[in-house]
Amino acid sequence: MDILLQQIVNGLTLGSIYALVALGYTMVYGILGLINFAHGEVVMVGALSSLTVIRPLAASGLPGPVVMLIGLAFAALVCMALGFSIERVAYRPLRNAPRLAPLITAIGVSIVLQQLAMLIWGRSYHSVPELLPNDPHDFFGASITEVQIVIIVVAAATMAGLMLLVNRTRLGRAMRATAENPAIAGLMGVDANRVISMTFVIGSALAALAGVLISANYGIAHYHMGFILGLKAFTAAVLGGIGNLAGAMVGGILLGIIEALGAGYIGDLTGGVLGSSYQDVFAFFVLIVVLIFRPSGLMGEKVAERA
Amino acid sequence: MPNALRKPWVGIALIAAVLVVAPLAVGASLGNAWVRVLDFAALYVMLALGLNIVVGFAGLLDLGYIAFYAVGAYLYALLCSPHFGIHWPVWAVLPLGALVAGIFGVLLGAPTLRLRGDYLAIVTLGFGEIIRIFLNNLNTPVNITNGPQGIARIDPITLFGQPLSRPLEFLGVGFSGVMLYYYLFVVLALGIVFVGIRLQDSRIGRAWVAIREDEVAAKACGINTRNVKLLAFAMGASFGGISGGLFAGFQEFVSPESFSLLESVMVLCMVVLGGMGHIPGVILGGLLLTVLPEIFRQGAGPLQQALFGTVVLDPEALRMLLFGLALIAVMLYRPAGLWPEPRHRSEYKQ
Repeated sequence: MDILLQQIVNGLTLGSIYALVALGYTMVYGILGLINFAHGEVVMVGALSSLTVIRPLAASGLPGPVVMLIGLAFAALVCMALGFSIERVAYRPLRNAPRLAPLITAIGVSIVLQQLAMLIWGRSYHSVPELLPNDPHDFFGASITEVQIVIIVVAAATMAGLMLLVNRTRLGRAMRATAENPAIAGLMGVDANRVISMTFVIGSALAALAGVLISANYGIAHYHMGFILGLKAFTAAVLGGIGNLAGAMVGGILLGIIEALGAGYIGDLTGGVLGSSYQDVFAFFVLIVVLIFRPSGLMGEKVAERA
Repeated sequence: MPNALRKPWVGIALIAAVLVVAPLAVGASLGNAWVRVLDFAALYVMLALGLNIVVGFAGLLDLGYIAFYAVGAYLYALLCSPHFGIHWPVWAVLPLGALVAGIFGVLLGAPTLRLRGDYLAIVTLGFGEIIRIFLNNLNTPVNITNGPQGIARIDPITLFGQPLSRPLEFLGVGFSGVMLYYYLFVVLALGIVFVGIRLQDSRIGRAWVAIREDEVAAKACGINTRNVKLLAFAMGASFGGISGGLFAGFQEFVSPESFSLLESVMVLCMVVLGGMGHIPGVILGGLLLTVLPEIFRQGAGPLQQALFGTVVLDPEALRMLLFGLALIAVMLYRPAGLWPEPRHRSEYKQ
């Protein structure tokens, strides 16, 4: 029982982060019908750039949470600029090109970001200074650390804020209209290009937050952390129904829990044949199963086939 | 210009002469390391031609193509090495590798072919990663793949009783092992080119192009889209399987590291950069992307040393960086590739 609850707590933490990243995929997909392959790398840039600020500040003796906020603000600025330029350079010129073209530029962008990150921050694994107290608290027999609590709360609050933004504000209405039909939205006076840019900027800010949180969770950051994280977050988005905001959140949390439970129990279930080193396989497995049996995801609407 | 030069066989003879003399000239002037690069160029051309069937002809974006290469390579490694003490004849294992890889292709294709282009890309990417994770971890509890250490001391490829890894004296000319492999790879690559060209002009090839252009219309014309797409996957995969087996025999060592996502992307780039669906273009892409990075790898360090007095940027990272930039630039400015197929070019112009 303890293990079960413990794995659920761990899964919830990881899942909240997946959900934040998945929102970035799903927002872009909802509006452009494009998989922003480079999104995972934006998360990585967020994590590493926050670290650049956090390191010296943490040594200066400022209180941990303040340092973390400053790091987050810096990372968010960097990532927002990055997201904006990625869209401008790699996607906007190809908006009417065959579907394969933006996908390939996206792969190009993610290679470029990864290599730039390696040149800037080096190949090594960076340890992240402990900014929040990491003492375990007892939670019905499972232990939960303050970092985990912060991650879950911050992620939940951010997602609530995003829902408000999309459903209650002018910009959100413009985003929904563009997703529905860009041409008609344009006729109604929505500047589609601006909306698309804003979508990338918001998604990248969420990515920066996810990057800061995940590096705080694992205490480690490196230049190739983005790829697998991005892939899992994409899986989460598909699981929930891509293009659907609530779906991305549910999918993220679900995937986190599936993964944590899978990693916790796979050894027992298979009699030790498969170990927890297969953790990464779960996400792909879930992805393939969802795509085969329910391609529109758990909460997605039935989408028409587009070749 | 004399009339004889316009005849196609003159061109063919010229190409053949260049192909025959190339390793000897390169070996004499630049050393055997560069002949090795040529060997790899031939291997990658085979791989790229295989992927070209899937991506170029049928228009299915496969980001996990290297998995089939891995299947072929590991099959060869398991059946021709002291790892299990099995030493099957090489020329039985290579076709078997093609067959097994083809089966894997169908296994991957069957559930995913209903998916739209970009979903397919992600699923194939996931499949490639799954294969790699399994190769990395299948050393416990039963040691099958020997994990991250990989399998070493694999039997070299033999031809007429001559192991290609040993040098050979023929007609007074000394051929080193890498040169012998070069000739084998070039002959096989030409074979694959031939198969590719015949496929392209066949009923199946036209069906693939029809699916690429418009799947619904193709279906309406009576093409069994599911079977034809599966066939594309299986054919592409089996080419990958053969190349994988050759790779294992050539290297005499395999490890999961050789089959990362980056390799898939690299092969995809050869196809895209050269010109999707256009065989000469794909060959050009394969050659460029094997030889140029190698020149770069050797040249970037000393060049920086000369310019700045020290190596400012890691040549390896720089190579990948340029690679990514090239992908973006080609898509933005020459979306149909460097040497596109005429029909495809018109499609991209819209």
